[in-house]
Amino acid sequence: MFPFDVQKNQGNTQPRNDAVFAYRMRWKRRRLLYRAWKRRAEITRVSGPAVPDKGVLVFSTMRNEMLRIEHWLAHYRSLGASHFLIVDNNSDDGTPAFLAQQPDVTVWSTPNSYKASRFGVDWLTCLQHKYGHNRWCLTVDADELLVYPACLTRSLTDLTSHLDAEGRTAFGALMLDMYPKGPISQVDYSASEDPIGVLEWFDADNYRAKLHPVFGNLWIQGGVRDRLFFGAQPERSPTLNKTPLVKWQRGYAYVTSTHQILPRRLNDVFELGSGDRVSGVLLHTKFLPNIRDKSKEELSRAQHFENSNLYATYYNALIDDPDLWSESSVKYAGPKQLLDLGLMSQGKWE
Amino acid sequence: MSVGVVMLVHNAFHRAEQVVRHWAAGGCPVVIHVDKNVGKEAYDEFVKKLSGVPDVLFSKRHRCEWGMWGLVAASQSASSLLLEKFPDVRHVYLASGSCLPLRPVKDLKTYLENRPRTDFIESATTADVPWTQGGLDFERFTLRFPFSWRKNRFLFDRYVDFQRRLKIFRRMPDGIVPHMGSQWWCLTRQTLSAILEDPDRGVYDRYFKRVWIPDESYFQTLVRLYSQNIESRSLTLSKFDYQGKPHIFYDDHLQLLRRSDCFVARKIWPNADRLYDNFLNEENPMKGAEPNPGKIDRIFSKAVERRTRGRAGLYMQSRLPREGHENGFTSSPYSVFEGFAELFEDFEPWLARMTGTRVHGHLYDKTRVEFEGRQETFSGAMSDNAKMRDHHAQLFLINLIWNTRGERQCFQFGPSDSQFISWDLAKDPNAQISVISGAWAIPLFLSNRNFSDIRADAADLQRIESEHLNALRSPYAKARIRIWSLAEFIETPMEALQTVLDEMGVKNMRRVTEAPKMVDLTGFGQFLQNLKNQGMHPYLMGDFPNESAPVVQRPTRRKPYLVR
Repeated sequence: MFPFDVQKNQGNTQPRNDAVFAYRMRWKRRRLLYRAWKRRAEITRVSGPAVPDKGVLVFSTMRNEMLRIEHWLAHYRSLGASHFLIVDNNSDDGTPAFLAQQPDVTVWSTPNSYKASRFGVDWLTCLQHKYGHNRWCLTVDADELLVYPACLTRSLTDLTSHLDAEGRTAFGALMLDMYPKGPISQVDYSASEDPIGVLEWFDADNYRAKLHPVFGNLWIQGGVRDRLFFGAQPERSPTLNKTPLVKWQRGYAYVTSTHQILPRRLNDVFELGSGDRVSGVLLHTKFLPNIRDKSKEELSRAQHFENSNLYATYYNALIDDPDLWSESSVKYAGPKQLLDLGLMSQGKWE
Repeated sequence: MSVGVVMLVHNAFHRAEQVVRHWAAGGCPVVIHVDKNVGKEAYDEFVKKLSGVPDVLFSKRHRCEWGMWGLVAASQSASSLLLEKFPDVRHVYLASGSCLPLRPVKDLKTYLENRPRTDFIESATTADVPWTQGGLDFERFTLRFPFSWRKNRFLFDRYVDFQRRLKIFRRMPDGIVPHMGSQWWCLTRQTLSAILEDPDRGVYDRYFKRVWIPDESYFQTLVRLYSQNIESRSLTLSKFDYQGKPHIFYDDHLQLLRRSDCFVARKIWPNADRLYDNFLNEENPMKGAEPNPGKIDRIFSKAVERRTRGRAGLYMQSRLPREGHENGFTSSPYSVFEGFAELFEDFEPWLARMTGTRVHGHLYDKTRVEFEGRQETFSGAMSDNAKMRDHHAQLFLINLIWNTRGERQCFQFGPSDSQFISWDLAKDPNAQISVISGAWAIPLFLSNRNFSDIRADAADLQRIESEHLNALRSPYAKARIRIWSLAEFIETPMEALQTVLDEMGVKNMRRVTEAPKMVDLTGFGQFLQNLKNQGMHPYLMGDFPNESAPVVQRPTRRKPYLVR
């Protein structure tokens, strides 16, 4: 009765949940923790005060982010983050010196390979293990700005108290690629400005979601990169779901970036019934004019993503200075707009 | 000194202190009960900070836990003390540390002075209201609950099971009828003292000690014995979600709270500086005579509904309903036309003209998504890439309908399209599907191809369409479906079109005056006969007469002008 030539994995597939599988996942998690433990000596603390024992901690790995760092810090400060723990991977543009001047930033540095440490995740796992136990940890990249419902009036601590009261231990967010109108290189942006001021546009709703068969997270693809660069292989287009905010326990480990986390129950940040939960959006400010230089660098360093080759065409397209904007792009107007568009949700955090 | 306040505090002492000072400054004596779970240090500091404030007393401390007797014991001790020490008090207002007075204290005083004999306490019989959660409504009065629901859930559940199985019931003390309601009340001295000094109080207390959540039923029940005038509502604005947890008010609720005209609200978030600053410090502009929580009620019940039901037709990062739990597969009605674009040459523009809706081509075409005007991207930046669409065919439709909320979408569908969506269309109550079965043969008939290829295609298309029709005719189909065979349809095309358009419910619809242009079907019967002769039996188009005369009247030509 079902329509013919139906592809596998159309729509929802239930996550697996048998004991053997759970045991395998347990070992996978232990392997990840072991990897991180092996790399504990790769990072050395270079500057910054002691980590306070209250409030939300922000973890990040960075490399040459002088362009974004000032606004990035300001953004998370305004949300009420209490401290930043940053691993600096060999920056040569003054990022570590700038960070050293900040009163609420502790910096570790490492000259080692970004790729070998699973794109910085291993280093951060070490830090989270040491400083994040039993408290809310926000893991974001330098090009990600978190917004959530009512984030203009309510702080991260308000959010985490609500999650605590609900008995939740993780908070999901969608990566929303922001882009300018016109070619990327035409953008007039100077360091420390709000990048959203120039990257004002986004794709409102062309997102596809399905359950990840292994980790049980919601696997979301779509957005502008998918629309323009991955039309030939939609199944390989970038993953957009993230679980950046987690009430950390020793023994937790992110799998790929912050897309998936083990144990698997932490990926449960969405409703499979008809209800709805509170969720946020990570404004992705990747497409600043320096993306072209960065793309060139990435191509030569081959430090990014599991399939560096697969992404070669994508980076080449970016170097060609494309116009990402289309007639149906939507201009960003704040968290309320994202809420109305259904990109994030309030749950019952009215 | 007409109003006294009993305040139950267990955390956020700096906020409680602020509010106590506010009450005291307004001339209300306050008796504070601090939870015994609070450490000695914190308690002493709290007492010390308030030591300079007149008419503030601390009552005997009880261990309070949600759902247990401690909260009632606390209210009893504190209100006894209040009644004893402040003989002028006429009304006793029960509040918590996270309650915030929204209107000036004198407003409340005047309000209560004008109603000297009224008890404000929400009190309803359990039989009549479905407030309770978790299946324990009447049973909370007939079973025993010695175990904590929060700390000992396992024992709590087992003991309930045990009593149910052995059919152990408690006898209620004579003369009381269980009532329930919000635990925040405002009672008159007469009523409250009658409850507290009742000679049978021991009996009632013993009974209620083993009732579940007695703070919502003890006073609510006993007040019915003594009160002369019960106003069954709470003066404290407090909203609960579907799990019975209180909603929390944040800074951004300021305007909402202002407009509510309520006297006191809970639960206020301790970090909500703006709320505390506004309502405690400034001379409050609120004037309304009667509390009016209607707007807040509406907003919060909407929130509860959204939490439990979700937004219909929205699939997103925190909501991926599994089949059958969607609360609407799509968000609004849309129309699907099958075979119309094949039969009529200019169907899409004609339909757009007639109905003013958004008319797409074959959205599920195998080569590309045919958005209206064949745009490359459509609302929501949806791409016309067929691969991306087929990567998740359901979400493609769901997104499209969600993105265009408020504007009806129409699109063409047929057996030559990719069919992933076939069943979902049939099952979606928002879909209006009109089918001319067998119309797929017309493009074949008009094509300039070898007959053996045509025959193979025709066999494929017929098989696909008949599977699709099976879906439409299955008992699971919930869409509004109309199916004509091609032969049926061309007998009375205008009538059929009129029916479809009427069903779309488009406003300002005129009668269909102008017909879309039908393709020339001369020789179509013979074409079908040829297929039959080749062993491929086309049956979906109905009984098409094998003729040579045209079946349809050609559009009338203008009469030639004759010039003499």
